[in-house]
Amino acid sequence: MIIENSDLILSVKDLQTQVDGTPILKGVNLEVRAGEIHAIMGPNGSGKSTFSKVLAGHPAYSVTGGEVVFQGTNILEMEAEERARSGVFLAFQYPLEVPGVSNLDFLRVAYNSHRKAKGLPEVDTFDFDDLVMEKLEVVKMNSSFLERSVNEGFSGGEKKRNEILQMAILEPKLAILDETDSGLDIDALKIVSNGVNQLTNAENATIMITHYQRLLDYIVPDFVHVMAQGRIIKSGGKELALELESRGYDWVLEEALGVGV
Amino acid sequence: MTMEVFPPAVSDSLLDLDKDAFLARLLNQLNEICLSKEPSWLEQVRTNATKWVRHSVIPTTRDEEWRFTDLSPLREINFALGSNLVSSQIAIESLMEGLGLPEATHRLVFINGVLTPTLSQTSDLPSGLHVGNLDSLEDSVAQKYLAQFNGTRDVFSDLNTAGLSDVAVVWAGKNVVVEDPIQVLFISLVGESPTFCQPRCLVIAEGNSQISLIEEHITLNTPSPQNNPSPGFNNSVTEIWVHENAQINHSRIVLGGDQSFDISKTAVTQARYSRYSCNAITIGGKISRHNLELVQTGEQTETNLHGLTVIAQKQLGDTHSAIALNYPYATSKQLHKLIIGDRAHGVFNGKIFVPKSAQLTDASQLNRNLLLSSKARVDTKPQLEITADNVKCAHGATVSQLEDDEIFYLQSRGIGETEARKLLVNGFATEVINLIPLASLREKLLKTVSSLVNN
Repeated sequence: MIIENSDLILSVKDLQTQVDGTPILKGVNLEVRAGEIHAIMGPNGSGKSTFSKVLAGHPAYSVTGGEVVFQGTNILEMEAEERARSGVFLAFQYPLEVPGVSNLDFLRVAYNSHRKAKGLPEVDTFDFDDLVMEKLEVVKMNSSFLERSVNEGFSGGEKKRNEILQMAILEPKLAILDETDSGLDIDALKIVSNGVNQLTNAENATIMITHYQRLLDYIVPDFVHVMAQGRIIKSGGKELALELESRGYDWVLEEALGVGV
Repeated sequence: MTMEVFPPAVSDSLLDLDKDAFLARLLNQLNEICLSKEPSWLEQVRTNATKWVRHSVIPTTRDEEWRFTDLSPLREINFALGSNLVSSQIAIESLMEGLGLPEATHRLVFINGVLTPTLSQTSDLPSGLHVGNLDSLEDSVAQKYLAQFNGTRDVFSDLNTAGLSDVAVVWAGKNVVVEDPIQVLFISLVGESPTFCQPRCLVIAEGNSQISLIEEHITLNTPSPQNNPSPGFNNSVTEIWVHENAQINHSRIVLGGDQSFDISKTAVTQARYSRYSCNAITIGGKISRHNLELVQTGEQTETNLHGLTVIAQKQLGDTHSAIALNYPYATSKQLHKLIIGDRAHGVFNGKIFVPKSAQLTDASQLNRNLLLSSKARVDTKPQLEITADNVKCAHGATVSQLEDDEIFYLQSRGIGETEARKLLVNGFATEVINLIPLASLREKLLKTVSSLVNN
């Protein structure tokens, strides 16, 4: 929802990054306010996933210019875990498997790391169990998932639901969903979207990175941005997504970059 | 397959006796041990083994079986037999406090090869279960099993037998089922000078019986481990007999010292329809070598071998297993994991023999290695020798490192990098550690793993 004069949660200015010397992001600008849902769309290789990882602090990407201010703090100097504890959450396109670590333990360690950072006492196993049981409802997950190793042997849909479960427990200020819809059948997509919709509110903000308009039928964005060649080249309302769906990306690229593809 | 057979005696050719000064020195010390009431059969067993040792040498890296494990640092040390250390100057009780014994109902504690009754717990044994030392075992039983394993000979097992004095014995009679784990704890106390110690264990599960055994070997430096600990040499042998339709769940834990050499043999004989599971965990130790050898005496046996070796610094951890399946319908599953940090060196060699007589065998073997540094090294060699034509056999080995993406995933949830690495390493170890039947021991092992590799 767009709320007038709501707090600025994220401000990205002229962000530039490289991987192994190759420039990927070439000056990204974006402002996200509390309550808003932003969708970033764009062709393959446009830098969308890189943008999400840079925001979350992946060490493989070096920032060569620009700034990222999250709730008034420049977070580019912060480690990934510090950003997470301050309220940034990235739902992975390909969630990793963590063999030998139970989902429940993983969630508890993560949750307590957030509590500790806030100067709150850690939550013991019993209290945490209650919290998790409640949050399982958000993504309609069975409690048997908690005893299994993190994402190990999970189906694609289960992994994505598990990401949203983590989000539900960590209650981030800014959630970045990287291709959360990819590889989901329609039932799983509904569950995941429904989960996200339960978690968005006037106090937090969401950035969705996606290829497909389909997701936006379920999670309705306030803003749609097109990213290409490492920049956001066009922004608009949710109707932009529909236009992209019917006309493809070429016209935007041509309009913004003056290239015929 | 070919196997050397246990010969009844060795001729006394004087030509090549005592070729190895290191062995000769140890033998001389062992010969000074006299058993209080040594029966003649035992004397015969010892004498025979002594002869073998006198004809042998310590293997070098030129021996195929010891290619990656160089024992020359061991040979340079002048070890003294540790059993003399025990009764004298050491405050055993205070030592044990720090050790934190887990909650086993039945327990034997041996210090430097000698039973320590005050620390052992053998009251309230169920009828038909014997947990004690050699003195309290029926002579006929001892004679039937002790040093009677029908597998390959090796100089270290013979050395152990040559000095045979006290033995930890667990014997479950026919149809005896014991739920509670039986703990056999061997502590090797290393004094101010290099100490040599030969733990020996004999485990027998008679027909239809079922036991769970926890065998622990711990090296402790005394008085103080901080100031330049002396080396310890542990040469242990455990013989296990699983009779018809019996079941043994065997947890085997070796916690090495900074300067310890642990060479051990587990020799298992499985009768038909028997089930044997081994969870072998080795953490630390300057050089450790576990020889696990298993033979069958009948069909349709089930064998589950899980191993975990965790080493760091410049340690070397070597596991050699040899499973000889000579009868049909056997199932054998093996998973051996290594976690290798710093400049440590891991070795795994797993042999499985499936000759023509072993049709319809189902055997698998997997070795997984986690290297925590670019200087860490592993040599792995799965070796399946299959001549039977109607069997299912699989083997494989993997080598991996902690990936940046894995660590980033945990970091992105607020978990710090150090904690993330610890979680991932512990996760890798957990699969094997979780098979240990005592909760307090599992916890202790995870902590030990962490403190070794996360420094």
